[in-house]
Amino acid sequence: MTSLLLFGAGGLFDFDATLPLMAVQVVLLTFILNALFFKPVGRVVEEREGYVTTSRAEAKQKIAEAERLEADLRDQLKDARLAAQKVITEAEQDSDKLYREALSLATAEANAAREQARREIDSQRESALNQIKADADKLGDLIVERLLAAK
Amino acid sequence: MGSLSFALPFAELEVGQHLYWQFGNFSIHGQVFMTSWLVIGALLALVVVGTKKMERDPRGVQNLLEFLWDYIRDLARTQIGEKVYRDWMPFIGTLFLFIFVSNWGGALVPWRLIHLPSGELGAPTADINTTVALALLVSLSYFYAGLSNKGLRYFEYYVHPTPIMLPFKIVEDFTKPLSLSFRLFGNILADELVVAVLVFLVPLVLPVPVMFLGLFTSAIQALIFATLAAYYIGEAVEEHH
Repeated sequence: MTSLLLFGAGGLFDFDATLPLMAVQVVLLTFILNALFFKPVGRVVEEREGYVTTSRAEAKQKIAEAERLEADLRDQLKDARLAAQKVITEAEQDSDKLYREALSLATAEANAAREQARREIDSQRESALNQIKADADKLGDLIVERLLAAK
Repeated sequence: MGSLSFALPFAELEVGQHLYWQFGNFSIHGQVFMTSWLVIGALLALVVVGTKKMERDPRGVQNLLEFLWDYIRDLARTQIGEKVYRDWMPFIGTLFLFIFVSNWGGALVPWRLIHLPSGELGAPTADINTTVALALLVSLSYFYAGLSNKGLRYFEYYVHPTPIMLPFKIVEDFTKPLSLSFRLFGNILADELVVAVLVFLVPLVLPVPVMFLGLFTSAIQALIFATLAAYYIGEAVEEHH
């Protein structure tokens, strides 16, 4: 510890051929690592990054496609529901109309039949009344004749 | 600085001692290279195992590697910008991984059990040569990034927003590598020294929280170095309007 020898052999800052040789060594290591490590790993990582990016883009495209199809189907479904509703309403209206028509027809028929029956009854009653009137007149005449004859 | 040697085998403290390997006129620090090779070996082993069979659904080590890759990409992208971050990601990532594994390796592996004839094993980033090498690489990188992206218009940066900035920006070119290298070197060396001194003074329990703090510091220093390197490069390629 007596000599404060910093430079030269045995010193703390002993520069010699170690310096350039180490530099050459590190440069060589750089090239070797570039060939064995940086290039191949970079290729794999970048391939994967590309794969992930394209896969993600494809998936996004597919989602958009699916959403579009879903919207289409929803529209179709809505249209179909509306059409079905329309058909049902129409059918209901049709059957209603048919029912009413049949009902009115039947009512009219029944009315006609009743009317006819009433008319028949009326005419029969009239003829019966005329018959009775004629009979009564005849009987009356007979009674009068008999009474006159008895006198 | 010589050496501070203590009695306990775990608590030996040596500063500025190196295991010298001689190549002709050049000498290098053997212990730094030995640990740096272990660090590089560990990194390569991890990378080779993790990328052996990669799938789109990651499994096992691939997850860790992808996490690291993502982390480094975010770091590079936020600091350098969308346009050129790809070119610099390997450099920033290598800096981060090398420094991080070096620091943690230095803190976690009980290197002191292995005895060297001189010096001791430790984090490669605790040697000034390593950190200066890394910092100079960063300097070269941001010059290169600026010049290759903007040509000679890169030097507009020195007079932006006013020419008064010119001397400061020139000084910055020197202070950037200086602060980068000394920050890393100082933090890691200081951490190793604090742990060693505490282990020497109180061999039980007390050093443990400091060791955890050391792990935290190590991770933070790796992140700071990589982030600043990326920021300097981003500053150099930024378009002024």
